[in-house]
Amino acid sequence: MSLDVLTFLFVGGSFALYIGIAIWARAGSTKEFYVAGGGVPPIANGMATAADWMSAASFISLAGLVSFVGRDGSAYLMGWTGGYVLLALTLAPYLRKFGKFTVPDFIGDRYYSQTARVIAVVCTIVISFTYVAGQMRGVGIVFSRYLHVDIDTGVYIGMTIVFFYAVLGGMKGITYTQVAQYVVLILAFTVPAFFLSAQVTGHILPQIGLGATLDSGMSVLATLDQLSVDLGFNQYTSGKKSTIDLFFLTVALMCGTAGLPHVIVRFFTVPRVKDARLSAGYALIFIALLYTAVPGVAGFGRVNLIQTINGADGTGTAYSEMPDWFKQWENTGLLGWADRNGDGKVQYASGAAFTAKKGKPIFSDERGEHGQRMTTNPTPGAEFDAAKQPFANEVYVDRDIMVLANPDIAQLPNWVIALVAAGAVAAALSTAAGLLLVISTAISHDLMKKTINPNINDKQELMFARLAAIVAIVIAGYFGINPPGFVAQVVALAFGLACASVFPAIIMGIFWTRHNSQGAIAGMLVGLVTTMAYMYYFAFGGGSPDEYFMGISPGGFGTVGAILHVVVGYVVSSMTPPPPQEIQDVVADLRIPRGAGEAHDH
Amino acid sequence: MSISNDQAQAYWRENLRIIMTHLAIWFVVSYGAAILFVEQLNEIPFFGFPLGFWFGQQGSIFVFVILIWTYVFSMNKLDEKYDVHE
Repeated sequence: MSLDVLTFLFVGGSFALYIGIAIWARAGSTKEFYVAGGGVPPIANGMATAADWMSAASFISLAGLVSFVGRDGSAYLMGWTGGYVLLALTLAPYLRKFGKFTVPDFIGDRYYSQTARVIAVVCTIVISFTYVAGQMRGVGIVFSRYLHVDIDTGVYIGMTIVFFYAVLGGMKGITYTQVAQYVVLILAFTVPAFFLSAQVTGHILPQIGLGATLDSGMSVLATLDQLSVDLGFNQYTSGKKSTIDLFFLTVALMCGTAGLPHVIVRFFTVPRVKDARLSAGYALIFIALLYTAVPGVAGFGRVNLIQTINGADGTGTAYSEMPDWFKQWENTGLLGWADRNGDGKVQYASGAAFTAKKGKPIFSDERGEHGQRMTTNPTPGAEFDAAKQPFANEVYVDRDIMVLANPDIAQLPNWVIALVAAGAVAAALSTAAGLLLVISTAISHDLMKKTINPNINDKQELMFARLAAIVAIVIAGYFGINPPGFVAQVVALAFGLACASVFPAIIMGIFWTRHNSQGAIAGMLVGLVTTMAYMYYFAFGGGSPDEYFMGISPGGFGTVGAILHVVVGYVVSSMTPPPPQEIQDVVADLRIPRGAGEAHDH
Repeated sequence: MSISNDQAQAYWRENLRIIMTHLAIWFVVSYGAAILFVEQLNEIPFFGFPLGFWFGQQGSIFVFVILIWTYVFSMNKLDEKYDVHE
């Protein structure tokens, strides 16, 4: 069967499954809508958490990122898994015992303050929206490549599907759909990884294959180091980032992970405190299945990419002889070639092949003499440092296409490619649904019910939740169709805010009984403002990297924000009266597992 | 709360100790092995990987999984010891 037919079958079949589950698991009450009735078994919750967590960023972008930056990618691999250790040990059991629906619920009640609640709501909404934008773009990329529709149509299809199960099913529909999506996405990631690993190294497991020795007698990593250095890149296994920057980035990603509202809320859905811990355990196993395969996929993909483009003799491949995938990705605009030295061959090395837009090509409507898409901004001339590399770079490869292009590059069977497409869509949709639910809950529950009008009944609240979900889907779709040009900074912002505002506020609320509302509000504001200001200055305010505070890049600044949060929070709290006795009793109570009961409203 | 104040405090202290031991290991395998001492460990070959690189991209994740599970089991035992389990 042709690739197109197979892709329609795989993606269409998975959609039918998700919609079927959504209809089966419709939500009837706010409790079912917000926390799936509070009765999800830990293993199912673990899978749902894993699907919720592993977004288009994990599925599509992470291996691409590691592939291009090598060792520095460790920050993301460790950050996005190590955060679960923090979550399981310091947050999940206590928040479950606390027994409310949302993160703003905890912050508003623990700090007995509507101001604190509203700050938490704002953080929740900003964090979740920045995240959703990336998911919709992921859906768009997949549809445009495999279903040959334009990105906009792809986003509309994605919006319709999410609308079905997020708006109808709420948390209950989402949870059970995510279980199915986890199965699809993990198969879609690991099956091609097994193929790749077996093909390149003879070991089926990429975790072992990455350490294997090739026919040439060199190990995979040594080969990668050699190829990288020969082409003027950094050694694959050593980093470019300074130790302090890598350290702060990893902390920000870990604490940010543990502070993301859509992840935390998953631990409200299980019956007991014990199950909250257990869910985290299952979730991390399910996540680790994908994450430990990522470095292998990244490494093999990198070797394949370099060898395919530069050819067996390492001098480049004529454009007319490039495989189909090269031209198809060129058509999506995520890959571009400029024949800077005029030899008709495609050559890949260090350096930017295009000027402006961070080295991305700007395409004109014309085709060149070899049939390639013409660009308006190739880097003029073909000079290069002959001591470092054999030729000038002529190619732009978007990092996001690595996972999707890998099976093509390795010439895997068509059904594997179709499976990858279904998996990428599952990853993007499952995360988008979880985020949309958090946004709608923040608006209907935390803003409408708890702040603006406490008198609305359950039915009205549910209606507001569904309305908010619809509005959120429309806004997310808008971002998918008109993606902001600063997606990377925006995602860094989500983690930075979660790390600097949400995470310390919850931790201090649990582990320091004496912490009061004044301290918490001051801390959250300081964390929020400093982190946002720093990121804004370096993203839009014209700040240059040599002005970094202690060499810390904006992605790692959330850690500094968190430290300021804790210090300011402590000082202000110590200078103001302790919290009322009943709050101190609540804190004492949430430390004892027994009597968690169901997630309740009041 | 069904247990006395002293018991609750003793439970909390033991709980904190379990958390701190686990977090110490968590810190050593990630920040220690893969960031602070990565250069030194990279001198040591480990199944075809430089050891520091292996910790950063594989080893730490395996240890994280084990840590959560040993935490789950220690806490279940602790809950029963103090009779606060559900």
